[in-house]
Amino acid sequence: MARREAPEINAGSMADIAFLLLIFFLVTTTMDVDSGIARKLPPYDEQQAPPPPVKKQNILQVLVNANDEILVNDDYMELRDLRLKAVQFIDNNHKGDCDYCQGTRDATMSENPEKHVISLQNDRGTSYEMYIAVQNELTAAYRELRNREARLRYGRNYDLLNEDDAKAVAKLFPLNISEAEPLKL
Amino acid sequence: MSKFKKKTGGKGPGISTASLPDIVFMLLFFFMVTTVMREVELKLQNTKPRATEVKKLEKRSLVSYIYIGPPKEMYQPQFGKEPRVQLNDQFARLDDIQQFAIAEKEEKSESERPLMQFSIKADKGVRMGIVSDVKLELRKANALKINYSTEKGTPRPLE
Repeated sequence: MARREAPEINAGSMADIAFLLLIFFLVTTTMDVDSGIARKLPPYDEQQAPPPPVKKQNILQVLVNANDEILVNDDYMELRDLRLKAVQFIDNNHKGDCDYCQGTRDATMSENPEKHVISLQNDRGTSYEMYIAVQNELTAAYRELRNREARLRYGRNYDLLNEDDAKAVAKLFPLNISEAEPLKL
Repeated sequence: MSKFKKKTGGKGPGISTASLPDIVFMLLFFFMVTTVMREVELKLQNTKPRATEVKKLEKRSLVSYIYIGPPKEMYQPQFGKEPRVQLNDQFARLDDIQQFAIAEKEEKSESERPLMQFSIKADKGVRMGIVSDVKLELRKANALKINYSTEKGTPRPLE
């Protein structure tokens, strides 16, 4: 008996099957990259130990009220001015022991970047959008200072440094944002 | 007599579609690799606020999400219009967050736990009250690395 040649399988519908799969994946998956502002929360302490004393000049108090208005050290301030204020405050160097600072050495602002604290307090009625905007401006202030230092020392922006260099620069301008419990009104 | 005789009648050879499946498969694999499965069904409204100083979230497997926002319209008769918290696929109470955080931690191996992050995906319209409550619960569960999920762009209050 003569062997018959095996009939070829028609692959014409393969494309349809593949398209079906493709469309399924397109529908069920998302492509958005997740990004956001990273923060570290302080550990929870039941006794609520009193915070260590900080000199008043080292604290930049930022209050955001329920009407999304900002009060910085008891003065009303626009959001767009907050970044510059934070930069000046962190970079102030009143004590004079910070050789990389370029601040004005004002007696009413921080002694040096290591000692400064930005105290952020919001109301329970503050809008989340405003809160994020304030956090964003404060982060931007740190980024500006770190970028300046990174460019002076390594000739590159802070984001482009390798891990060790980035850590070294971050240590020069440590992120000290302390958040108080929101006011309950 | 011209050498370039016009071909008459005969059909063209026809384009082979044999490689079409290959092309489509290539597309398919590209999408499978670059995208992730949608993990949860969102039951609340969630428009992220905008910010410029964003960091990309690395290691998706180590990130847990907490959604905050007013329920979607179809759920409003049942759950009202006030902002709620959603964990995984369902609405949750504030007390559930601690349990959730601990359960998420248990899932990961010991060495990966310090790298875990909790991403707070809050709607830009919510007030800080509920966000602060969520933060307090996270602190109680000792889940301290958080990330406020935002979109890239100039924040609206600055415009």
